[in-house]
Amino acid sequence: MSADVLTIGGQDFSSRLLLGTGGFPRMETLAEAIAASGTEMVTVALRRIDVQARHSLTDVLHDCGVRILPNTAGCFTARDAVLTAQLAREAFETDWVKLEVIGDERTLLPDAPELLAAAERLVADGFIVLPYTTDDPVLARRLEDVGCAAVMPLGSPIGSGMGIRNPYNIALIVESAGVPVVLDAGVGTTSDAALAMELGCDAVLCASAISRAQDPVAMARAIRAGVEGGRLAHGAGRIPRRLYAEASSPMDGVAQALPADRPA
Amino acid sequence: MLAPVSEADAGERALVQLGMESARRWSAFAGELLDATGIDVGLREHGTLVVARDADEAAALEREVELRERMGLETRRLLASQARALEPALVPSLRAAAEIPGDRCADPRALCGALALAAERAGVVLRPGHEVARIVVEGGRATGALLADGSTVRAADVVVAAGAWSDLLPGLPDAARVPVRPVKGQTLRLRDPAHDPALPLLERVVRYEGGYLVPRGDGRYVLGATVEERGFDTAMTALGVYELLRDASELVPGVLELEIEESLAGLRPGTPDNAPVLGRSTVLPGLVWATGHHRNGVLLAPITGDLLAGVLAGDGDIPAAFDPQRFSEVHA
Repeated sequence: MSADVLTIGGQDFSSRLLLGTGGFPRMETLAEAIAASGTEMVTVALRRIDVQARHSLTDVLHDCGVRILPNTAGCFTARDAVLTAQLAREAFETDWVKLEVIGDERTLLPDAPELLAAAERLVADGFIVLPYTTDDPVLARRLEDVGCAAVMPLGSPIGSGMGIRNPYNIALIVESAGVPVVLDAGVGTTSDAALAMELGCDAVLCASAISRAQDPVAMARAIRAGVEGGRLAHGAGRIPRRLYAEASSPMDGVAQALPADRPA
Repeated sequence: MLAPVSEADAGERALVQLGMESARRWSAFAGELLDATGIDVGLREHGTLVVARDADEAAALEREVELRERMGLETRRLLASQARALEPALVPSLRAAAEIPGDRCADPRALCGALALAAERAGVVLRPGHEVARIVVEGGRATGALLADGSTVRAADVVVAAGAWSDLLPGLPDAARVPVRPVKGQTLRLRDPAHDPALPLLERVVRYEGGYLVPRGDGRYVLGATVEERGFDTAMTALGVYELLRDASELVPGVLELEIEESLAGLRPGTPDNAPVLGRSTVLPGLVWATGHHRNGVLLAPITGDLLAGVLAGDGDIPAAFDPQRFSEVHA
């Protein structure tokens, strides 16, 4: 079997799990969770950190040897998101950006028109854009049309741990996407990540489910297994759902052992 | 705050134990300082309420209470109405609460003043306002500190208690350094112009997702605190102040009637595992660490003093969880 490689923006990844770096109780735990998850790419909120600070986030991530995907968390307008992406490009020396434009503080749901406008501008400016989007197949298609390198639909709101609330929409996005689909936001535990992969997503991004678990390192290991299991299951071809049972062993030709006092 | 229970994390059991032990010593510590200096360090025994404003926070609070029960830390669930009977300034729409009777508070500024005075009276020579240019290392041993004015202070043992700046001190060999980093916290100091000692806005420390309110007992309150990875930046930001006041006022609406006396961004000395760095360096003889106390500097003051006194007198052991060399494999 050839290696199962994920390609985004011309870069190959063997891990299909992306990790968010927010919310970890300790720097040490972040490093351990990254190792346990096997991830090769982690997101960082540029607006929230000092990139240069010693012993802080950037140092820890460099020690872990993972690729940094800056995000535009905390941006509410296309203008702010574009500006933040440009700052991130300088700070991290990368053209890659996970584009977030938040429309509502309580749900942290994406603002579709602002997101599309920012994506268009950033693509024109040479960025590899991975937009965090709602699970709307039409919007996902439009993001791909303006040149995004992947689409990252939510399963449910950020940090909610509510899993994939509309698997049907995620399947529709997967079906029509010509770029990788990364399920972003909503994963609460392993089964959510496995479901995303079974639905055909190319990867899963996970943050709070790991960082806020009581044992983040164990949860990182668990979700990694879920992603790998879901990926394998997607390729293996599940059986169709049936209303009635169907015995796994064939009944034809099996010797009949009937009680002696009953006629055959 | 003296809050080993509120701050407890399942992944930091040694630190929780150290905090509990230090909390047990705090009353005697405050009494000793009062005797030595006449300064009251503002130890308040009213306990702490942890409050939840909605169903999501209530579920998160329940998880935290269960965790503390498993760790054997005293925590009591309260109905919202019970919490409001204790603290009537809490918002009527409160969803749930827990009481942590053992978590108290003290005034860190009064504490620093009292400690400095007590030290002086015990014969310690303080050199306030003198920057250390570098630690002096001679013959493979730390022997003192060179001050910015060119003078040198010599010592048999050099204790570095430089907080968030501990990793910046010049003169130390790289192998002897510890990975302490600044963790920024923005706070507001508020004052109640209508303070009535018989009927204060709050008696207890109130904690919630996103911050805490600490009453000083005289109408002053400390509202904290952000947790930011921003290097040595100490700017107050619009977002920081907004979030502090938003969260506090959603739980204690009366906060918006207070005056802002001061805004202050400080730097906590953080380590990779959040635990302090205590004891002798095995890399550089003569060097002793007392840093990395992160969010718990005031709480851990008495136990740090006792443990370090033991180390310096040559008859004390420090738990391995706080060993200065514990990060050396990670940061080789």
